[in-house]
Amino acid sequence: MNSFVNTSEQIVQVVTIICMVVISISIILLMYRVIVGPTNPDRAVALDAIGINLMALAGLVAILLLTTRLNDVILLIGILLFIGTVAFSKYLEMGVVIDRDLD
Amino acid sequence: MILRTTTTLIAFILFGFSIYLFLAGHSAPGGGFIGGLMTSAAILLMFMAYGHRAVTTILPINYRLLISIGLFIAVLTSVGSFLFGEPFLSQTFEYFYVPVLGEKELATALLFDLGVYFTVIGVSMTIILTIADDR
Repeated sequence: MNSFVNTSEQIVQVVTIICMVVISISIILLMYRVIVGPTNPDRAVALDAIGINLMALAGLVAILLLTTRLNDVILLIGILLFIGTVAFSKYLEMGVVIDRDLD
Repeated sequence: MILRTTTTLIAFILFGFSIYLFLAGHSAPGGGFIGGLMTSAAILLMFMAYGHRAVTTILPINYRLLISIGLFIAVLTSVGSFLFGEPFLSQTFEYFYVPVLGEKELATALLFDLGVYFTVIGVSMTIILTIADDR
C-alpha cells in the first residue's frame, strides 16, 4: 500500500515536470512570435497566449510544491492579462485607452 | 458592444475577488494592497469600456479625497491604541459572535488594512486618470 502511494507520487511529479517542459517550449515559440511578429496585433495575441501559458505554469508549480496558496495567483494573472489585452487592443484600434466621451 | 457586455459581468467578479483578497489577508495571501489594486483594476475596466464621462457620473468619487480618508483611518487606528495605554500601532484581537457567520476572530489590523485599501485605490486611480486626462 505504501509503495503504491510512493509510485503514484513519483508518477505525478514526473508528469508535472514533463508538462512544465512542454509549456516552457511553447512559451519560447511564442516569444519568437513576439520578437519577430510582422504586425502589432500579432504581438498582442502572442502576449495573451504567453499569459495563458503562465497561468498553466503557476498551476503546475502549485501541484509540484503541494500547496493551494497559488490559486489566487492564477486568478490574478488571468484578470491582469484580460485587462492588459483589452487596453492594448483598444489602443491599437482607437488610439486612446480611456475615451473622454464615448457616444 | 462585446466589451461592454463582458464588462458588466467581469467588473462584479473583480469587485468580489478584491473584497475576498482584502478579507483573506490575515491568514492567506492577500491583504489591503492587492485588494485595492484589484478594485482599481475593476474601475479601470469600467473606464475603458464606457468612457470617462459615463463612469464619473456613475461613480462620483473624488479619488484624491479617498487618499486622505485612507491615511486618516490608518492614523486613527494607530492612535486608538493610546486609549488603552498601549504603545503606538499595537494591535489586539477578540472573538465576537457574528449573527450569520458564527464565532469569528476580529482583529484591529483589519481596520489598518482598510486604510491601506482606500489609499491604494486613491493613488492608483489618481495616477491613471491624471495621465488619461491630458490633451
